[in-house]
Order: sequence, then C-alpha cells, then structure tokens
Amino acid sequence: MKQLMVFIRKEFHHILRDPRSLLVLLGMPIVQLLIFGFAITNETRNTNIAVLDNAKDQSTQNIITRIESSRYFDIDRTLNTNGQIEHAFKTGKIKVAVIFQPDFQNELAHANKAQIQIITDATDPNQATTLANYISAIVMDYQSEQNQQNNLPYTINTEMRMLYNPELKGAYSSVPGVMGMILLLISAMMTSISIVKEKELGTMEILLVSPMKPALVIVSKVIPYFVVSLINVVTILLLSVFVLGMPIQGNIILLITVTILYIICALSLGLLISTITNSQQAAMLVSLLGLMLPVVMLSGYAFPIANMPIVLQVLSNIVPAKWYIIMVKSVMIKGLGFAGVWKEALIIIAMTVFFIFVSIKKFKIRLS
Amino acid sequence: MNKNEIVIKTDKLTKKFGDFVAANEITFEVYKGEIFGFLGANGAGKTTAMKMLIGISKPSFGKANIAGFDIYKETEKIKKSIGYMSQKFSLYEDLTIRENIQFFGGVYGLNDNEIVSAGNKLIDKLGLHDEADKLVGSLPLGWKQKLSFSIAILHNPKIVFLDEPTGGVDPITRRQFWDMIYEAADNGITVFVTTHYMDEAEYCHRVSIMVDGVIKALDSPEQLKKHYNAESMDEVFLMLARSAKRGE
Repeated sequence: MKQLMVFIRKEFHHILRDPRSLLVLLGMPIVQLLIFGFAITNETRNTNIAVLDNAKDQSTQNIITRIESSRYFDIDRTLNTNGQIEHAFKTGKIKVAVIFQPDFQNELAHANKAQIQIITDATDPNQATTLANYISAIVMDYQSEQNQQNNLPYTINTEMRMLYNPELKGAYSSVPGVMGMILLLISAMMTSISIVKEKELGTMEILLVSPMKPALVIVSKVIPYFVVSLINVVTILLLSVFVLGMPIQGNIILLITVTILYIICALSLGLLISTITNSQQAAMLVSLLGLMLPVVMLSGYAFPIANMPIVLQVLSNIVPAKWYIIMVKSVMIKGLGFAGVWKEALIIIAMTVFFIFVSIKKFKIRLS
Repeated sequence: MNKNEIVIKTDKLTKKFGDFVAANEITFEVYKGEIFGFLGANGAGKTTAMKMLIGISKPSFGKANIAGFDIYKETEKIKKSIGYMSQKFSLYEDLTIRENIQFFGGVYGLNDNEIVSAGNKLIDKLGLHDEADKLVGSLPLGWKQKLSFSIAILHNPKIVFLDEPTGGVDPITRRQFWDMIYEAADNGITVFVTTHYMDEAEYCHRVSIMVDGVIKALDSPEQLKKHYNAESMDEVFLMLARSAKRGE
C-alpha cells in the first residue's frame, strides 16, 4: 500500500510539473467540446427563407410565426406567386421556400389533411436536408399541439420525425463523440507515453529490479490518468449541460459507470501500446494514428456507420469508441436504463479483458 | 571483505536466445564486502549475466544463489536484498532530490522515519543541503551519479549491482565515486560492478573477464597481471578480448 502511495504521488509530480501536458490533459476536452459543440456544427442558424402563403388563414399564420420565431430561420421575403420562387432562389438570398396550399385550414379541418411544400437549395445537399428537417420538425410540433387541443386527427403531410433531438442540436452528437475521443486519447495515449517514457529513461529497469511487483507498477502508472480522465468527464458533462444546453435524460450513475468501463478499456489499450513501442514518439504516433483516426472515422461520430461500405461497417465493430458513443447516446439522450446498454457494456468489458491479456503476454515475452 | 561468507554463487548459469548462447555456464563466487569487477567487451554477455543475477531475465539453466536466496524461487526476497544502478541515469529528473529519496525509499519498503533519517544522512554526506529541494535534472552529471549510487544503497542492501556507473564522468568525480564504493564495501555491502575503464578494474578486489559468453579469467588484478605477464589490466584485457569472435 505504501509502495502504491509513493508511486502515485510520484506520478502526480510528473503530471503537475509538466504544465504543457497538463494543459493538454485538462484543456483539450474543453476546447474540443466547445469547438465541436459551437463552431463546427451542422446546425444552421438564421437561414433566409421565403414563404408563399396561398391560404393566408389562421393555421398558416400560426405556422409561419413559429418558423419566424425559431432561431434557425429568418423570413427574408413573402412571395405572392409561384413564379417568384425560382427568382428568389436564383438571387441566392434564400435557401428554403415554404409553400402552403390554398385553403389550408379548411382542408385540415375537414379532410384532416393539408399540404406544405418545402423547396430547398440542394447545392449543398446536407444542409438542404437539415433545413428541410428543421421545418418539418416545426410543423410537426404545431400539428401535435393542435391534435392535443382539439382531439382531432389532423394530419399535415410531412414525413420527417426527429426523435430525441427535435431541434437537431449539434451538441447531441458532438458531446458523446468528444467524450469517446477525448477519454480514449487521454487515457490511452498518456498512459502509453508515461510508461514508455520510463522504458526510454531506463527507470523502468530500476523499477523491475526493485521489490515492487510489475503489476503494481502498472496499476500505479494508470491510476493518475484514471483520475485525470474522471475530472475530464465531469468537465465535459458540466459544459454540455450548462453551456451547450444538453440535458442528461438518463441515470447519471449509469452514465458514469459506463464511462468508467470505457476509461478502463482505454487505459488497457494504452498499456497494450506501451508494450509494443519503445519510444515516446512511437507511442504517440501509434496512439494518434491507431486510435484517433478510427475514432473519428469509424465510431459513427463524424460519419454515419450505416452509410459506410460493408467492409468499414464490419471494421467499425472493433472500435471501442463506437460502442461507448452508442451507450452515451442511449443513456444521456434517450434516457435508457441498464437494459438498454448492457450489450455494449459487455462488448467494452470483453475488449478490455482482451487488451489486458495481450499486454500481459507481451510483457512476459519482453521479460524472459 | 569476508571470505567466509559467500553472497553470490552461480553454478553453470546459462542464457540462450534461440541458438545463440549469450552466457555460457557461468560459475563464480563473490564474497561479502567484496568489490567484484565484471569485465568484458561489448557483446561478451556481461549485461545478460547481470540481468539474470538481478532477476529481470530468467536463466535457461544453471543454478544461482544471491544473498542466500535461490534465483528461481526467491526472486522477491532477492529484490529486497539488492540495489541496482543502471548505465542509464536512473533517477527522476523532474523530481527533487528529496522526492527521489522518498520515492525509492518507499518502493523499497522503508517506513517514513527510516526514509527521513536515511535521506538526511545521505544529503549530509553528499553536501547537498542547498540542492535538496531542487529538481535532480538541474544537477551536474557527476553529482547525479553519486546521488544515484547513494539512493541505490539507501535501503542498505547486501549487494549493489552497478552497470557501468561512471560512463561519461570526469576523472576526479570518478575517483570520488570509487571512494564511495570503497566506503560501501567497508560497511559490508558487496559491490558487483561492470566497467569499461581498466584503471577502475585495478581498484577491484577481484575481476572476472568475459569473452564470448564465457568467463575467461577470474582473479585479483595483481594475480592476473602476474599470470599473463602484463604491466596493467588494460594489457590483460586486450590479450583475452582479442580472441573474441563475437562482435557487438
């Protein structure tokens, strides 16, 4: 126990005496989260749109007011004829045109069905989809309110449904993604670097000759980074709730638990990296290329897995971050309980066991 | 030196890597309080042999007894009874002298009082009062080496293994370093040292010279010089090492 304590104290000295690393360790998550949550986002705000209201009745006015008051859209102009639509797009001032059918309210009240046409400038297809989704969401919102008030099965034809994230907030995808990436990077990269550093400096040899058990050496190297990762989890969650406005729907204990599982998995991955590399540069390179790239590309954070070629879809299964991000989304956004994430949790645990097993094997080979 | 008490005893200790025999049937004894020089050219198998003795490499076969403990079954006890200083500088540069003492003292299982008193004694002896709370990285190399040796014997081991401890150190510091080695030996600590400096070999009570994985000669420097009819250990070493077939 005494050995463990002096060792952990020593590790914290290393971390605290290296302000640059400390800044990276604690600052990177904040910067990344803010960048991905605010600056780099699929959200589009204050998009100029045109409205062609052929009905001009109570319902259409209500919907238009809602669109106007949302922070995503500004109504740039009100059109009077279909012929003006194309001109409006060509001037490039608007990205979306919303057209209400004539007799909108009547149709809605009597046929229970009314049409809204959404025309978007699809030169940027992703943005176009997003904008169309936003409008659909606003209309859906209106519709469900009306249904509740009147108990009538009104249907306004829109096909999109944005579950869990009706406002399509960028934070909803960036928070789990950043958590998956940051925790893996800090835990795996920093652990592997700090272990390899001892190999490089020759102090690892001294430690192996000392009465301290190798397993204890590893545990005490890992614990400080575990603590740092936990601090980061708290920062990220606080930021996402209070700054990015993303509530935690599910059980926070469950969220922390799956996060701890993931951190342990990342630490064991760092351990594995430290057994196959001999210099700090190599450890860093392996961590960056071997971890960062797959996490960004294959975890489903930046690009939807369902849209990938089959080969990459299969490959994405071995990226621990993928499973963790699924769990975070399930718990944090959908509010699912343990029953909703146990499979992913099991996969993470299995991966951890595998990493530790291979590390021990490699470690023994090196010693003999 | 106490010839009645043997602290290192090996019997045909051998290490093979595949077909390559790095250390071939090494057999020798070292006495308590002896300064034992372990010489050999690069690639002769010194490091391999030493790694087996300090318990970070498993012998292929052969027997060895370190500080009274069996090298296969009692490695934990051996580790508590030995100190080790590697050829790479082996303290933490971003820790202060005192913190290094606390750390290594703790790792070797000393309690807080022991660490404080042993640490103070060490700082007194090396005259490092003003530097005690400075980072080790800021010390000159010679001081670092002396500090490193002092910390290696902080827990008062039976044997201390020094792997080329004076590499890159100026002659005056080397001389001071050897004074420390003599003092440790006088206090009953056995010193097992590898070196490339043949003048240092002259300081040892006995030396062994390894060539191609085998111990070619083992005796006091005086006897070796007499036997090979040589002026200095340097000559003895060259005579033996010239027959080596293995390079680096």
